[in-house]
Formats: sequence, structure tokens, C-alpha cells
Amino acid sequence: MASDAPIPAAQAERAGAANLFAAPLAVLMRLIDRPMQVLQRLIGERRMAYVFLLPNLVFFSLFVFLPLIINFVFSVTGGAGLFPSERPYVGAQQYAYLFDCGSFLDPSSCREDHFWRGVSNTARFTVFQVTAMVLFSLLTAVVLNMKIKARGFFRAVYFFPVLLSPVVVALTWKWILQRDGLLNAAITSLGGERILFLVDPSWAMFWIVFVSIWAHMGFYTLILLAGLQAIPADLYEAAEMDATPRWRVFWRITLPLLWPNMIVVIVLALIRGVQTFDEVFVLTGGGPGTATLMVVHYIYETAFANQVQNFGLAAAASVVLGVVLFALTLAQLAASRRKGAA
Amino acid sequence: MNRIARMATARRNPGHWHWTDIAAYAYLGLGVVLMFGPVLWLGLSSFKTQAGLLEFPPSLLPMSQKEVRVEGHAQPLPLFEVTMEDGSKRVLAQVRRIGIQAQMVDPANPGQSIRVPIDKRTPVREFKLATENYTEPLERFAFMRFLWNSVFVTVVATLITLVINSMAAYALSIYEFRGKTAVMLMVIGTLMIPITIILVPVYLVITELGLVNSLWAVILPGAATPTGVFLLRQYMLTLPRDLIEAARMDKASEWQIYWRIVMPLAMPALAVLAIFSIMWRWNEFLWPLAVLTKTEAYTLQIGLNAFQGELQTQWHYLLAMTVVTLLPVALVFVFLQRFITTGIANTGMK
Amino acid sequence: MHSKHWISALALTAGLVIGGLAQAQTTVRIAWYSDGNEGEVITDLLKRFEAQNKDIKVVLDQVPYKAITENLPVQLASGQGPDIARVVDLGGIARYALDLRPHLKDAAYWEKNFGPFLPWMRPEGDTKAITGFMTQLTVTGPFVNKTLFEQAGIALPGAKATWEDWGKAARDVAAKVQAPFPLAMDRSGHRFFSVAVSEGAKVFDAKGEPAVIDDGFKRGAKLVYDWHQNGVMKKELWGSVSGTAYRGANDEFKNAQVVMYQSGSWQIAQFDKTVGDAFDWIAVPSPCGAGGCSGMPGGAGLVAIKTTKSPEAVAKVMEYLASEPVLSEFYARSLFVPGHLGIAAKGLDYQGASAPAKAALKVFSDQVAQLSPVAYQLQGYTSNRVIFNAVISRLGQAISGEGNLDEAYKRIESDIAQQIAERKK
Repeated sequence: MASDAPIPAAQAERAGAANLFAAPLAVLMRLIDRPMQVLQRLIGERRMAYVFLLPNLVFFSLFVFLPLIINFVFSVTGGAGLFPSERPYVGAQQYAYLFDCGSFLDPSSCREDHFWRGVSNTARFTVFQVTAMVLFSLLTAVVLNMKIKARGFFRAVYFFPVLLSPVVVALTWKWILQRDGLLNAAITSLGGERILFLVDPSWAMFWIVFVSIWAHMGFYTLILLAGLQAIPADLYEAAEMDATPRWRVFWRITLPLLWPNMIVVIVLALIRGVQTFDEVFVLTGGGPGTATLMVVHYIYETAFANQVQNFGLAAAASVVLGVVLFALTLAQLAASRRKGAA
Repeated sequence: MNRIARMATARRNPGHWHWTDIAAYAYLGLGVVLMFGPVLWLGLSSFKTQAGLLEFPPSLLPMSQKEVRVEGHAQPLPLFEVTMEDGSKRVLAQVRRIGIQAQMVDPANPGQSIRVPIDKRTPVREFKLATENYTEPLERFAFMRFLWNSVFVTVVATLITLVINSMAAYALSIYEFRGKTAVMLMVIGTLMIPITIILVPVYLVITELGLVNSLWAVILPGAATPTGVFLLRQYMLTLPRDLIEAARMDKASEWQIYWRIVMPLAMPALAVLAIFSIMWRWNEFLWPLAVLTKTEAYTLQIGLNAFQGELQTQWHYLLAMTVVTLLPVALVFVFLQRFITTGIANTGMK
Repeated sequence: MHSKHWISALALTAGLVIGGLAQAQTTVRIAWYSDGNEGEVITDLLKRFEAQNKDIKVVLDQVPYKAITENLPVQLASGQGPDIARVVDLGGIARYALDLRPHLKDAAYWEKNFGPFLPWMRPEGDTKAITGFMTQLTVTGPFVNKTLFEQAGIALPGAKATWEDWGKAARDVAAKVQAPFPLAMDRSGHRFFSVAVSEGAKVFDAKGEPAVIDDGFKRGAKLVYDWHQNGVMKKELWGSVSGTAYRGANDEFKNAQVVMYQSGSWQIAQFDKTVGDAFDWIAVPSPCGAGGCSGMPGGAGLVAIKTTKSPEAVAKVMEYLASEPVLSEFYARSLFVPGHLGIAAKGLDYQGASAPAKAALKVFSDQVAQLSPVAYQLQGYTSNRVIFNAVISRLGQAISGEGNLDEAYKRIESDIAQQIAERKK
């Protein structure tokens, strides 16, 4: 789908908005041209690749790799010091603390029970969220792909929450879900009893999944919609001539052809699920009890909210999380490879 | 599943309403309510008074109690509808409340005072926007300075991100060189690391660079987004190679190929990245809170949250300031929505 | 040319950030958070200071409270802190505090008027340093919606009533008038320990080391736990969030949904402003238990920071703000209980406060004398927030149904031991 060359008309439409950023960039680019030509003459065309990579790599090393290394150093040191030089080396002790469990199936038997509750909550949240996200964004994409009026408007309706900050999303819903909020007003006016949505563990989990889908579904819907639109119409026409039942057409044609996009959606939603923090933090604060406490929340709380800011333990937990995320990302790579082969 | 299947493959005669059409519009209608409703509710609530916000059941529109001037009283008095002992209803103004009795007067006949049990009265209300929710915090804080800082951070950071990410993506998509796989792995490996978990190490780096309290401390760390590199590279891979080869034949320098040929062609992807970058930067909260401690350097998100104390959430301010920070995003969206949605669809995620 | 663009951009921001520094002035920066109007009051007072001292410029950086608890410690540890900060975690910040004593004109004034509070702000082991003063002394205690009691036709429990008496009265009133919250208590360590200390909790052993779980503590915890089981307290505060998060019931109280609200003196200003004439609210003395009738002291201190480049100017600002007339005005206008013995002894005239607010302020000011020594010791303990946080987090879990009280006790002990061990490394 991505290989469609941009249509001139569409490009013109975009140009207006893009100029905002493009104009200053163009000036900058022209200024750099001459020194770059000199450089290219000196080192040759092939090695220009490194020149192009350099600025990004410098930023990357300073603000991503170096911090990752410091983070690792934190995880093998202890105490409450901030600078690595003030922190005594403790080896794998922080990791040992994390994995100090009577039984891995029972968080309350662990030394760091909140970490394991976070792991189990995050796992449950991610499974519910990914399943529901795929179903609803698929349904929405399918509906938007029908011959409907005002498709642009409806597409925008589903997409706009993607642009809201997680804090705004969570505040908006907290305001609706609280004891005296809009939803309870609706329930009581229909003669029902108030429900304390954020005090009941199952409801709290339901709502964080719901709100997360509300906020991000638009993005995934667009990915799936792009996939649906790329399916050649003649496939459907052929199926119609054979009088194939519609559900068979969906199973045999639509789903297989949409599969690559589905994988993207699943993997992105999966990774985002594991990382979830801001929205849940503001909406439920990890409660009731620890029913919606997430791993990243545990890390944040350990490093910042406690009086003794335990950077070591937090860093160890984040290294563990990082390893899991890396594995998931590799899974994405493998999946997209398979897609390339298909 | 059957229903979805029908919808997915529905081919209808024009002008003929199939039941799937009705279902589809019903679904879309529900979507409009569910997606717009909450934000609309937030906007309406932000115009309610502190007392109005606490009401249950909440009123749809911002209302506040009506007051009247009554002869013989310096201050305006609040109006109530009172159920009298004989069951009749009267509108009275309250002079004062003593315990569970209220002393009230009829505004038309101020001489005579009437005692009413307080549970027999309900306030008379009128539509009124509590604009002070907006004006009070905005007057108290250096709003224009915060706004300028936010705009500066957002624009400069987005420009830097676009330039360095596209350069890296260009290198990773057009060239073959030693170490390419390693760089790709690094990009992908860090794709998914949330800043929350490396907040303290990044803070240390910023401290060593002496950037604390400078806007550059907010701009620089997030500039080299792995997401951006990844997105742009995936898009550039789909560009026709012959164009680049032809340009090289014409003796165009590599830099010229990058910004004259590849950049314009990558416009849809760049636009998507630009929009995401704007949103990320505009909404950033945790990181600026850590590195900006001086009022002059605050961004909107930090400055407008300064009224959040230890012991109370001032909902009326909080909601209003949320709307203030949301407005620019809403405007960007209204003007660019077609551009954003088609951009993402065109970029695809390969 | 690329770099030229950069330099000009950098210069532009540098100009923006540094602002008016160019004059030959010393700048003193204060990191300040506000719960009510105290930010506006101090701004006024500082303007007057600047008018008297042309060579010192004072900048008040108003931040969300979150920045003070979570980011300030990191900034201080890295030497990037402000010159003065308004903090609540006095013990935790103490090791970054500047000893003002050598710079003060009249150290005796500070000792005389701030004596009992100075140790709260001293680094561990230090017995002499003067590092700051209390912008606000807080005392925990209950507020009561008197109108609800009248409507229910139930008499208020007397002065020496126990927590059990109050719990029962609140439940009866709530049942009669259909108020959803009979008794509410902030989700906070200070509030819990006001109950626990009254029930006889000792918190420390003979050597002054924490020994939190004793019979008194258990009585207090059981009381709070049982109240949640039998509906006297609702799970929305203690059972709704995880970890160390604070939750208050001030909005519910203002809305006449709470019969009795265990909170503290800092609520007076906002109740005065927002309850208005809707109902009669009063403060009552702390209820009693086996260990007496004590509240918990606490509050926010204004602390000078060691890394400042101009300690002389900092001392001047602090001296000005701590001086009796200025501080009186500050307390009076923000409706705070004075943390200055001289002012407290004279009694403060809260001009502009309504009659109920004045009455409540008097109840709380009188409570200061009733505070148990254990309460003072806990407030002065450097790592007290470790204790508070462990209690909030674990008791909250038990209340929301995750495990029982005995498990919570074990976790509280191990959480405290682990964190203190980490600090000592």
C-alpha cells in the first residue's frame, strides 16, 4: 500500500500545511549543501552514509545509550546516592531482590510483591487490551470502508483522541467515572444504584482497558483501513460472481490479505500495553489496592515517590522490562520478515 | 462474525437500504457520542463554579444560583424555591441560615421574614459561565511566557527531529555500509523504551552538559526518536531507486539527492512524524517538570499545573487549564485532520 | 553556517532564560508550592522586601507539589536546587539544608520562637543548626458537619469522647440523614498516626529506632480496618489508589456528604471560602484512646539550601520572612496555624476570616499543647516518610481486600527495614 506514488493533486493539498515547516528547512538545507559537497569529494559517495547518520547517532548516544548504560550501572549498585560514583557496588543483589519469591504464581510470597503484582496486572491488561483493540479497530475499519456518507468526518471522529495527551484522557474519564460523575448520574436517573467504578477491582481493570481503547483505537483503525483499501476490488467481484457467501469471502479474502496490517496492530498494541503508565496512573492511581498497578508505575514509584529514592531497584526492574520489550520487538521483526516473504 | 463479514463485503444497489447500512450508521452514531461526548463534557464542566462541580446529579450546562437585591440588605441574597407548610411553592430570598432553619424574605415584600426548614428549599438557578476558572489562573501566571516557551520547544524540537531523523533514515534506506545491521538493531531495540524508566540517567547527562533550566534540556533528549527513524526508513524503502541513480548520473551530490529528491517524495511520512512530534512535545509533562525549575523556563504544561498543591485538587482550575492546553491541539486537528488521517494511511506501516 | 544558526538560537534562549540577571543584583530563588492563597500572600511580602533591599532580587518559582516531592530531591542531589525551598519532607531534605546560624543577626530569636520545630529540619546527628522555619504548622484533627448532627437530632460527643464514640455517632447521624460518608479520613500517614498515637502507639523503641508495630498501632489499624468493613468509612479514600498516593475528602465534606472528617488545620481556609452559608462546620478536639487525645503535628517548612551561591542574601531573605510582623501577616492572611511560639502565645488575629474559621483556628491552635511526645518524635524523625508511606501502602491494600491485617503488619515492618537499610548503604 505504501508504494503508491503520491498523486500530484493530493500533494498540492498537503503543500499548504507542510510549508509551515518546509520553508525554514529549505533555507537550512541550501546552506549546508556546499560544505557537504566538499566533504563528499574528500571521503567519497559511499561513506556519506556515515555523515547522514552522524547527527542522529550523536543524539542517540548522548540521550539514549549513555542513559541506558548509567541505568545498568544503577542496577548493580545500591544506596540512595544519585551519582554512580557515590553508589557502592552490590553485584546482582537488586536483581536477586526482584526475583526473591516463594512462588512465582503468588505475588504476595515475593520480597518485591508490588513488582510481581505489576507484572501480573500488566500481563492481564495487555491481553485484554490487545484483544479488544484488534476487534474494535477491525470492526471500525470495516464499517469505515463501507460506502458511507461523510467518511472523512467519521474517520476524524475516531482518530482525534489519539492526539490528546494521556493526562487529559485520564482526567476526562476520571471526571465521568467518579462517584458523582456523569455516568453515575445517568445510572441513578434510570433508577439504578451508583456504581463505584474505580473502587471495584474488576471495574477498574475494565475501565483502564476501555479508556486505552478509546484513546488509541483511531490510530490502529487507520492502519487497518489502509490495508482494507489496498485489497483489489476485482477479488470481491470475482467472489460475487461465484455467489460465495459473504462470511466466506471475509475469512478467505479479507482477513488473509489484511493479515500483515493485523500483525502490525497486534505488535504495536502489545508493546504499548506493556509500557502503559500515565493514563492508568492518573485514572486509577494503580488501585484499588494494587489491582491496576503496572510495572512502569512500580518503577516510577520506587525511584521517585518513596522517601528513599531507590534508583538501584528501579533500574533493575527497568532492565528486566527492557529485556521483555526487546524480545517483543524482535518478535515484530520476525513477523514483518514473514510478511515480506508472503 | 457473520455480520462483520456482510459489512465487509457488502455490495449493494445504489439507493437501496440494506440492514447493514443501518447497523453501520448506528455504530458510527454511537461512535460520535462516545468519542466526542467526554471531551464536550470536560469543556462544559470547565465553566462550572466550584460548587457547581460538586453537584449531584450534575447539570448538563453550567448553572449557578440566582441572586436578587432586596431592599434593606447590602449584599445580593440567594433565591430558593420553598415548599410551604400548606404544600404551596414560593420563591424566596434567604437572609441567613441558623442551624437547620433558614430565615427568608419575599423579595416583593421585604418587611416580613419567614422561617423555613432548610430541607424544604431548593436553589433557583440560572445559566452562567464561570469564566473566572480561566481568568484567575491565567492572570496569576505568566501565561504568555509559558505559551512562548511551549511553542518554541515544540517548533524547534520538531524541526530538529525532522532533519536528523530523515538524514538517518536516508542513510539506512539508500546505502549499503558496514555496521548498517548494527545501527538498525539499535534503532529497533530502543524503539520501545519509555522515557519514564530512564528519567534519572537522562537527567544526569543533562546536568553534566550544564543544560538544566534551559529549554534545550527539553528539546534535545527526545530529538532522535527511534520511532521517527523507523517510520521514515520504512517509507523511503518504497521510493523508486532509479530516480536516485538517475540523479547520481546527473552529478547531483548526495546531499542534493537527499533534500531535493528524497525529502519531497517522503513528504507524507514526514508530515506524519511532524504531527506526532508536535503532539509529543506539546503534551510533555514529566520530563520538563524534572529539568525546568525556573518560572521563566516553564512550558504551559508545567506552568498551568502550579496550582496543584499537596492537599487539594482544585478541579475548577484543573479542568479549565486542561481545556486551555487542549485548544491548540484541537485547532491543529481541525485544520489538518484530512492531512493527518490520509498521511497515516498512506505511510502505512510496513 | 549550520553552527551559526545554532549559536544564535542558543543565544536567544540564554537571553530568555537569564532575563534580568544583567544588573548587579543578587538573585535568590525560592521553590514554592501552594495549597491555597499562600503563594499570593508571599508574593506581596517579597515585593516589600525587594523595595527595602534593592541589591537582592527574589524570584518565587511556583511549582506543582509533585515537583517538590519527586523532583526536588534529585535536583538537590545533583547540586541544581534553588536557594530556598518550601518542603514537607523536612527530614529527607535536611541533609541539603544550609545552616543559617553564622549568617543570622539574632540567632536567639530563632531559638526562642522556632525552638521545637528546628530539629525537624536538621540533618541527622546535628543538634545546633538553624536551617529554616515553618511556613505553616499543621495539626491533624476532625471537622464535623454540625448541621447534619442537628438534622439527625443526635448530640455531639463530648470533649473526651473516644474514637469509638465518634465512629458510632457519625454512623448514626449518617444513617438518619442519608449522608454517604459517616467518617472520612485522608489517605495519609499523619492522619493515620493521629489515631494510632491516641490509641497508644509508641512507634520507636528505647534507643529511638523505629519499632512501628506494637499494640497501640494494632488497635489503631484495627479500628480503621473495621470501620471500612462496617461502612463507617468508605473505600474511596484508603481503598481506591495504590502505593503512597494521597487522597482527601475535602470536596465531599464541602458538599455536606461527610459527617466527620479527620483532616487538619490547613483545610480551614478553603472551607471558609467554599462552604459559605451552606451548613455549620466546626473543628473539634482530637478524640481519645488508650494513649491520650493527640493529633499529629506537621506542616511545610521554608528551608535554606546549602548549594546557594549567596548565603548572606539567603539569610537576609529568611530573616525578613521570619520576623514577627511579616510572619504574623503571612499566617493571618493564609489562615495558617502559627509555627512561631511568640505569635502563638499572643494569639493571632485572623482578620477577614469568618466566625466559624476563627473558631476552628482556635481549636487547632489549642491542640498544639495537647500533642503527645510520641507525635513530636515521629514528626522529627528523619525517615518518617518511610514509615508513613509503608503504612499507607500496606494498610490500603488490606482495606481493599488484598490480604489481612497481619500480612500488612509484616509488610510494613519489612518495607521500613529495607528502605532504611538502603539509605544507610
